[in-house]
Amino acid sequence: MSGSVKSIVRGEKRKILAVLIEADQQGGAESFPVVDPKTADRTAVLGAMLNSGLFAFVQQRPFAIGADPAIQPRSIHISGFNSAPLAPDMSVVLDGRMADFQAGIHALGQLAGTHGVHIGVRSGDDSFDGIDGAVKTSFEGPHPTGNVGVQIHHAAPLSKGETLWTMHAEDVANLGTLLTQGSYQPIRVVGAGGSEHPSPQHMRTLAGSALSTLVAGHSDAENTRYISGDPLTGTDAGAAGYLGSLHHQVCLLPEGNHPKFLLTDGWLSPGLKMFSLSRSYPTWLMPKSKEFTMDTNSNGEERAFVVTGQYEPVFPFDIYPVQLIKSIMANDIDGMEKLGIYEVAPEDFALCEYACTSKIAVQKVVRDGLDMLKKELG
Amino acid sequence: MKALHNILDSIRPHFEEGGKLSKFWVVFDSLETFAFTPGHTNKHGVHIRDGVDLKRTMFLVILALVPALLFGTWNQGHQYLLSIGKISVSDPWNAMIWDKLLIGAWKVLPLVVVSYGVGLGIEFLFAGIRNHSINEGFLVSGMLIPLVMPIDVPLWMVAIAVAFAVIIAKEVFGGTGMNILNVALTARAFLFFAYPKQLSGEIWIHEVAASKADGLLVDGYTGATALGELASTVGKPLEDAGVTVVMGMFEPGGMFSLSNSFLGLIPGSIGETSALAILIGAALLIWTGIGSWKVMSSFLAGGLVMAFLFNLMGLNAYMTLPPIHQVVMGGFMFGMVFMATDPVTAAQTERGKWIYGFLGGLLSIMIRVFNPAYPEGVMMAILFMNVMAPLIDHYVIQANVSKREKRATLAAEQRATA
Repeated sequence: MSGSVKSIVRGEKRKILAVLIEADQQGGAESFPVVDPKTADRTAVLGAMLNSGLFAFVQQRPFAIGADPAIQPRSIHISGFNSAPLAPDMSVVLDGRMADFQAGIHALGQLAGTHGVHIGVRSGDDSFDGIDGAVKTSFEGPHPTGNVGVQIHHAAPLSKGETLWTMHAEDVANLGTLLTQGSYQPIRVVGAGGSEHPSPQHMRTLAGSALSTLVAGHSDAENTRYISGDPLTGTDAGAAGYLGSLHHQVCLLPEGNHPKFLLTDGWLSPGLKMFSLSRSYPTWLMPKSKEFTMDTNSNGEERAFVVTGQYEPVFPFDIYPVQLIKSIMANDIDGMEKLGIYEVAPEDFALCEYACTSKIAVQKVVRDGLDMLKKELG
Repeated sequence: MKALHNILDSIRPHFEEGGKLSKFWVVFDSLETFAFTPGHTNKHGVHIRDGVDLKRTMFLVILALVPALLFGTWNQGHQYLLSIGKISVSDPWNAMIWDKLLIGAWKVLPLVVVSYGVGLGIEFLFAGIRNHSINEGFLVSGMLIPLVMPIDVPLWMVAIAVAFAVIIAKEVFGGTGMNILNVALTARAFLFFAYPKQLSGEIWIHEVAASKADGLLVDGYTGATALGELASTVGKPLEDAGVTVVMGMFEPGGMFSLSNSFLGLIPGSIGETSALAILIGAALLIWTGIGSWKVMSSFLAGGLVMAFLFNLMGLNAYMTLPPIHQVVMGGFMFGMVFMATDPVTAAQTERGKWIYGFLGGLLSIMIRVFNPAYPEGVMMAILFMNVMAPLIDHYVIQANVSKREKRATLAAEQRATA
C-alpha cells in the first residue's frame, strides 16, 4: 500500500496518538529481494525484517519489550494456538498459509542461537505435524496454556543472562511471504467478538486498522468498551481507536459503569449472574455451558493482599506469584531476580489479576517491576 | 434502589473535600460502598474482573460463624440453668429453650456490640488519619473476639483487649493484610496475660460465683472448663482419688463425655464448645474455598498425632485421653477452623500451609498437656505459628530460588563452553 502522510494526531504532552496516511489508490508497495529461507544467512533475514518493518512485531524476554536486533537470542518461541477469551482460532489464522509459516520457521532458524526455534502445539492438534526446523512441545489445558510465556517456562525456561524472542504465528507466516515473494503485508486475521459485537466473526485485515472497520457498525462509546486485544490484556482503544501492533482481536464489552446494590447484584446478592473462579457465588454449581455477560465493572474496590492461594491455580509457572508481586511492590531488585522475574511478562499474570479478591493491578505491578529492573541493569 | 442511590449522590458533596462534613468522608464512603458496589470500571490491565471481593469473602466467613454463635448463645443459657439445677443433665434439648437463648443473648449481644463498636471505631479513626477506605478485615475479627471470650468477662476488659489487639497487633503493622498476629487471638492473649486472675476465675458460667454464694449451685458443680479440670490432674499419680473423679467426668455419661464435648454441652468460651457447630462452619468455608482445607486437615492431623503419642507415653491421666476426645475439647476446633486459617497470618505458600497447620495442631495439644498453666494451648500454639509462618514460607520459597539459581549457573556454564 502506498500513500502520503495526511496528519499526525497528538494528545497530551504532544504524545503521538495516530499518524493518518491517505492511500493513493495505486496499491504500490516496496519490493524486497526474494531469498530462500533455508539458505539465507542471518544478515539477509534480519535485513528483510528490519527494512520491511516486520521486526517491530518481535518481542524479547527478559523485560517483555520490543526485541533488540543486535542481540542474538538463544531461542525463538511461537505459540501454535490461542487460549485467551474470544481469541481468533489459529487454524483459521493460518488457513492456507502453512507453506509461508514453514518458510518463516526456516528463516527464524538462521536467527536463533543454541536453543533453536520452539513451537507450542495444543495436544491433539496435527496441523503443525508437517513443520520442520522447530522443536514442538504439546500443551493441554485451559488458558493461559496458549500464552507463549507458559510454553517457554515448560519447554526451555529462561535464566538470568539469557535473551529470547517471541513472535506471533501469523507474523511468522508474514515473514515467510516476505522472503519467498518479496512483498510485505502485515496481515491480521482478527477475532472480532464480545457480547456487544453485532456479528462476531473472524476478519482479515492489516495491522493497525481502525477498529471502526471491525465492529460491524456498532457505535456506543459511552456504554461499550472497545478493546484492542483480549479482555485480559488488551487496551481500551475507544470507538475511534486502532488495532494495537501486537493485537489480533477486537472485543466489545458492556461498560460496568453503574453501581450495584448489595442485595440485588452486589456482595450480599445470591449472585446468580456473577461469574467467579472462587466458589463464593453459587454459579460454580451451574453447568459449564452457562454463558455470562461480563462487563468492565471491577466488582469491588482495591484492598490489601488478604486472600492467599488464589493466584497459584491460574498461574502455571514454577514461580511464586504473590511473593514476586510483593518483592516488586517493595522495590526489592534482588528478590525479584531470585523469584524469577526474568521469565515473565505482564500478560502471564493477567488471570491472577482477574481472579484477585483484593482487585490489585497485578499486570501494572509486573510492568513496573520489569521497567525498574531494566533501568537498574542499564 | 435508584432512589437510595440518588439520596447518596445528593448528600455526597457535603462529605467531599471542601464540604462541611469532609472529616467524615471515610464514614460516608464505607457506608456507600457497603450498600452499593461502586460503578468503578477497570482502567488498566484486565477489562473484566471476577465477581468476588473482600466484602463477599468476609461475609461468608461471618456466615460460617453463625452456627457457633447461635449454639454458643443457647449453650451459655443451658450451662447457667444446669448449674442452678433448673434443668437436668439427662434432657438437654427440650426444656426451657427460649430461656436459654434469652439468658445467652443477654450476655453475648453486649460482647458483640462492644467488640464491633470499639474495633470499628478505631478502624475508622485510622482510616481517617491514613486517608484510605475501610478494609473489611475487622468484620470477621469483631465476631471472632466475643466467641473466644468467657461469658462473664467484664465488658470494659473486652473493650481494652479489642483496642489493644486492633492497635498493637494490626494498625501499627500497617492495617489489614499486614499484621503478623491473628487479631482476635491477640485480644484473647492480652486478657489472658493482663488479667490472669479474672480469666482463671469463675467467669466461665454465667453468675456461677453468685449462685455459689446464694447456695443455688448444684452439688459437685465446679464451674471449671474441661481443660481446667484436666489441668488439675497433672503432677498427680493416676490412682489419686481426685484424678479418678476428674477422669470419670470424661467417661460416657460424664459431664465432659465424648458426645457432650462434640455437641458442645460443656462450659467454655462462647463459640468454642460445639465441635459440631464449628464443623458446619468449616464445611461452608471449605465448600466455598475460603478457608484452607490444607491448614484445617493438617492442623487436625497434628493434634491427633500428638494426642496419640501422649497415649503411648501415658505418664499422667491427661495423656491417656483418647486423641478424638482431645481435639473436640477446648478451643482446638475453633482455632483450627477460624483462627489458624486466617490467610494473612497463616503460611502463604501451599506447601507451607501443610507444615504450618501440622505444627500448629501438634503444639496445641503439647502446650495444653505439658503446661497446665496455659490450659488454652491452642491460642499459644497458633500465635506462635503466626510468628513462625514467614520463616516456613521463607524455606519453601528458598527451595524454589535455589532451583532457579542452579539452572542459571548451568546455563552460564553452557554458554561459556559454547
